[in-house]
Amino acid sequence: MTTTVADHHHDEVPKGITRWLFTTNHKDIGTLYLWFSFIMFLVGGAMSLVIRAELFQPGLQVVDPHFFNQMTTVHALIMVFGAVMPGFVGFANWMIPMMIGAPDMALPRLNNWSFWLLPPAALLLVISLFVPGGGPASGWTLYPPLTIQGGMGMDFTIFTVHILGMSSILGSINIIATILNMRAPGMTLMKMPLFVWTWLITAFLLLAAIPVLAGAVTMLLTDRHFGTAFFDPAGGGDPALFQHIFWFFGHPEVYILILPAFGVISQVIPTFSRKPLFGYTSMVFASAAIAFLSFIVWAHHMYTVGMPLSGELFFMYATMLIAIPTGVKIFNWLATMWRGSLTFETPMLFAVSVVCLFTMGGLTGLMMSITPADFQYHDTYYIVAHFHYTIFAGSVLSMFAGIYYWLPKWTGHMYDETLGKWHFWLTVIGFNVTFFPQHFLGLAGMPRRIPDYALQFTEFNQISTIGSLVMGFAQLILLVVVVKAIRGGKKASAEVWENPEGLEWSLPSPPPYHTFATAPEVR
Amino acid sequence: MSAAHGGYYLPDPTKWPMITSMGLFLLALGFTLHLHHLAPGPWLMVAGAAIIVLMLYAWFGQVATESEAGKFDGQVDTSFRMGMGWFIFSEVMFFAVFFGALFYTRILSVPWLAGEEMLWPGFEATWPTAGPAGATYIGPDAHDVGSGQFSSIGAFGVPLLNTVLLLSSSVTVTVAHWALKKNQRGRLNFWLFVTVVLGAAFMYCQAGEYMEAYNHLGLTLGSGVYGATFFILTGFHGFHVTVGVITLTVILVRCLRGHFKPDEHFGFEGAAWYWHFVDTVWVGLFIFVYIL
Ligand code: HEM
Ligand SMILES: [Cu+2]
Repeated sequence: MTTTVADHHHDEVPKGITRWLFTTNHKDIGTLYLWFSFIMFLVGGAMSLVIRAELFQPGLQVVDPHFFNQMTTVHALIMVFGAVMPGFVGFANWMIPMMIGAPDMALPRLNNWSFWLLPPAALLLVISLFVPGGGPASGWTLYPPLTIQGGMGMDFTIFTVHILGMSSILGSINIIATILNMRAPGMTLMKMPLFVWTWLITAFLLLAAIPVLAGAVTMLLTDRHFGTAFFDPAGGGDPALFQHIFWFFGHPEVYILILPAFGVISQVIPTFSRKPLFGYTSMVFASAAIAFLSFIVWAHHMYTVGMPLSGELFFMYATMLIAIPTGVKIFNWLATMWRGSLTFETPMLFAVSVVCLFTMGGLTGLMMSITPADFQYHDTYYIVAHFHYTIFAGSVLSMFAGIYYWLPKWTGHMYDETLGKWHFWLTVIGFNVTFFPQHFLGLAGMPRRIPDYALQFTEFNQISTIGSLVMGFAQLILLVVVVKAIRGGKKASAEVWENPEGLEWSLPSPPPYHTFATAPEVR
Repeated sequence: MSAAHGGYYLPDPTKWPMITSMGLFLLALGFTLHLHHLAPGPWLMVAGAAIIVLMLYAWFGQVATESEAGKFDGQVDTSFRMGMGWFIFSEVMFFAVFFGALFYTRILSVPWLAGEEMLWPGFEATWPTAGPAGATYIGPDAHDVGSGQFSSIGAFGVPLLNTVLLLSSSVTVTVAHWALKKNQRGRLNFWLFVTVVLGAAFMYCQAGEYMEAYNHLGLTLGSGVYGATFFILTGFHGFHVTVGVITLTVILVRCLRGHFKPDEHFGFEGAAWYWHFVDTVWVGLFIFVYIL
């Protein structure tokens, strides 16, 4: 893919706070998303440290059980909806127009609204922690009957979910319209960078899944306050109905979290292997297959709820199928690196760690997909280990890879490689120390979401807490790296890396405020 | 100043979205307080709703002005079309949840509930049902319900009329569209007006049905899972009809002011798509909620 140089006029940047409040510029909005995500990441991280502090020893020391439950719930909600999802939308905003040669997102005003829906939603969730009765304490899955009880914190949570959902839907619409309608001439679908592809597919997942969650919490609201009996057997309803609806959203949701991450990894690995991505077409089809399958596997989260045997079997086999396209991806990444001239700058370190660690998470997932085995694993720390290997080591580490990869492009300065490596090693070691022992805890039967535990679980929990401290405080290094790169440092060239592929590298670093006013020619 | 970039219209910085968000925040905050009977609740809700309405008015107004000023080229038009189309898709998914809940309840969970003799001995799986602890169903359109009983709305009275109203409104909006494409402004205005009247008539009938249900049939949100699914499906549909009628009214006013061109009228089409969507959902409701 070669390109002509872009046009650089129209570069007056608005000043002051209103630049950020009123902006319709995809780069500014991307920056807002990324900072919002980072702040949420720190807030959610602090909550996880409260959880780990309480679990350092058996018995109750640090917080009371009700507050502990609020911490597990709000930690998860903030991380999923506040940190990971907006983080990747931030990447989408920054990178998609630059990658496809578009002047901006297709619907810039709507883009501003998608972002500015997030802070009020987050504020509602935080307020909920301070009202009588406290915040939601049901776990992020919001199962009734627990969520039918409880004070106004739950109502705040419901409206938070509604508003975040609006943001996601509007954001997805924008991304779809941008990708389908704004590509530069010659940028055919099968020439799009994989990050753009995975986001296109993710946007469809969001459009199909988020309204389902909105419907589910709306039914919770009416059951709570308006006398309906959707989830109450006394009125003919069924609490398991909520679980079905929630997971019909919930499983696609986990792929919403991971597909953009796959996209980032598929950009980073070729650059540092100095080879084109292996199996581009199969990557596209694997992503689409994952997206499709993700809608027919939801009940693997409910094996123990009492489904008919035929249901258990169907969901078991369907879930196992997902391992195939996922395996295709892992294979392609490995094949890309095979015989490449590899170098291990920070983005590549993170990318390689994702390939290794996410695979671990995929394999534990495969174990849990086996219905009879999952009767043992369900609701134990084994699940907690599984989804941290997928979400933290898959999505969050990919985000880190992406940040280091594109930070020089965004800021115009190289980041501090030494600090980057420190961040990498402390994070990855801390992560494994935190979560690897949780596999053993889960297999031995330690239930999740409980502030106290039996004595025999003590050692592993202590190791885990120590790991979490290392991992938690290591994130401050990222803050330092980013702030340093914004303020100065070695000037980055347009290409930044050695012959990276993609239109974004044809622009200067940092790119002008408006790029591709005239569409580049893609050959 | 609005900079056109290589043809594609990029709007200037805008204050509407973030103020709308503040309105939404107040609305959610106020609603929650109101649900818990705290005094400032209703006031915050009114304030929030007012902000949202004003902002949407200003926002859409600006888009209409830009459109009439000819700032949107074909590519912008395509973005709008995609935006509206996929928005409607997300709405389809929203209704799918409630239809799904209805099917799950009727086909699976109510029979299971009756099968588990242990929990609720003597409960029989029927539909409509208000569940083992709820009121007893005594057949459709029974006006003499006693306490502990409820009735339902038969399909072939007002609901059938409503079906006719909505389906014919779908036809009239299409006739209006044809007229617009042929630049017959008089016919356009007339048929669009008829569409709005039909939509409003539907709303009137539906409101009457709700009053009937609450006052005479003993059918309320609290009538177990039947009442719950009935009102959430018809209620959200009714809300969408209301939005649709408001949208069509706005479009009618714009038509009367001479907006839209025979070959360029996405605002009209977007509203019409939405209206067809609302109709289609009603057909689903008529079949699965009222008839079956
Ligand atoms: C090969 C792919 C995967 C398979 C086969 C798989 C399978 C499973 C199964 C069977 C469960 C339910 C365990 C139980 O509750 O008993 C589960 C839970 C979970 N998985 Fe996965 N998974 C896979 C990939 C992922 C990915 C990519 C993510 C996220 C990025 C993810 C996130 C989660 C989460 C968050 C939960 C726990 C939800 C909760 O109960 O709170 N999984 N997985
Ligand atoms: Cu799942």
